[in-house]
Amino acid sequence: MTDIKIKITDRDGVLHEIDAPTDMNMNLMEVVRSYELAPEGTIGICGGMAMCASCQCYVLSDTELPEMSDDEEAMLSEAFNVKDNSRLGCQLHISEDMEGLEVALAPEEL
Amino acid sequence: MIKTDILIIGAGPTGLFAVFEAGLLKLKCHLIDALPQAGGQCSEIYPKKPIYDIPGFPEVLAGDLVDNLMEQIKSFQPGFTLGERAETIKKLDDGTFIVTTNKGTEHHAPVVAIAGGLGSFEPRKPLLDNLKKFEDNGIAYMIKDPEVYRDKKVVIAGGGDSALDWSIFLADVASQVTLVHRRNEFRGALDSVEKVQELKNQGKLNLITPAEIIALNGDDTLESVLIRKISDAKEEQVLEVDNFIPLFGLSPKLGPIGDWGLEIEKNAIKVDTFDYQTNIPGIYAIGDVNTYPGKLKLILCGFHEATLMCQSAFQKIHPDKKYVMKYTTVGGVNGFDGTKKEAPKAVVKKIE
Repeated sequence: MTDIKIKITDRDGVLHEIDAPTDMNMNLMEVVRSYELAPEGTIGICGGMAMCASCQCYVLSDTELPEMSDDEEAMLSEAFNVKDNSRLGCQLHISEDMEGLEVALAPEEL
Repeated sequence: MIKTDILIIGAGPTGLFAVFEAGLLKLKCHLIDALPQAGGQCSEIYPKKPIYDIPGFPEVLAGDLVDNLMEQIKSFQPGFTLGERAETIKKLDDGTFIVTTNKGTEHHAPVVAIAGGLGSFEPRKPLLDNLKKFEDNGIAYMIKDPEVYRDKKVVIAGGGDSALDWSIFLADVASQVTLVHRRNEFRGALDSVEKVQELKNQGKLNLITPAEIIALNGDDTLESVLIRKISDAKEEQVLEVDNFIPLFGLSPKLGPIGDWGLEIEKNAIKVDTFDYQTNIPGIYAIGDVNTYPGKLKLILCGFHEATLMCQSAFQKIHPDKKYVMKYTTVGGVNGFDGTKKEAPKAVVKKIE
């Protein structure tokens, strides 16, 4: 088992330092759900198809991340609360390169 | 008043399959859905995505799965109230229910099965001050009657199919159409994108990209919007408009069902896994909308839940009737429309 350390600030501003597995084919949205850092039903609504923005997060560290796909870019262009460092958690596949990643969850769209 | 045996709220795959299982038990179903078409998320969010975990289908497009389900339940003649959201529920003295939609359509049934998925799809609203004030006073999230916009100055925001399609349509109706999108790229059918390009070249459509609307102005009704270009020089412009139509897609909300007195946990309705009944006898919850220990939000689990729900509903509706489950290979499918599907009889012939 190979875990990496990730820092996630939840929507209430609480910082969580968690271990994310790199060998479970998980993405960041799923890691957040597995640790229940956001209430079920408020994150990963579309299941991870980049078709909603409920898993939007802001990348705070300068960790190198995979490039955005057209789908992710298109979704973020329609989402709210988008900043330059916005990404969709469901499109960030957890890999060893992400050791030390720091993100904050974007507010829930109401 | 629409009367039925099982009133199903939500016409996604789980709700549709419940019609089939109910039909085998000779129970009639009626479905309510806030979307204008059946299929739920499968039709609305990902019709072109392949699904790989429907038993017996190595690969099936979500849209095709819905088409197949509609075909499978056709002979059971389900009724549909589409484009309306189930709003209130009333339990009558005899234990039956009346469910009324936001448009006032009333439905009467002894059993209600909530198959509402993630909730009803509501338009996503931009985060702007005064948005509420101008709703129905210049701002609308859905176009019901395009004639409202005849000879008006209209601004549309969004970058998907609906933003493109309505910009094209209203270009011939409104006196001025402006399309604002955060990017230069649009995500839509190719011919829609090309048509918008053509209208822009002809000067029939005003395209402002990459830009967004950041403020709304007006006394009682909307008079202008403030548009900011998303470029290095953050230039802003005031655009006089009569109407603003934000088309940012739909997102699901549990909505009024959350106020029906049902036990809710994790944005889902708690059920007993014996028959997927909720804390209110006679109201069931099946598919993605329910929760119980070990719950998985999978279509195939919704099918199972729908099947068990129908057995329990049958006993509730016909407490005195004796019944045992019959295989379709044995009993066939006897439609309410008089059609009958059954296995062909084997040929019995002596070999000399």
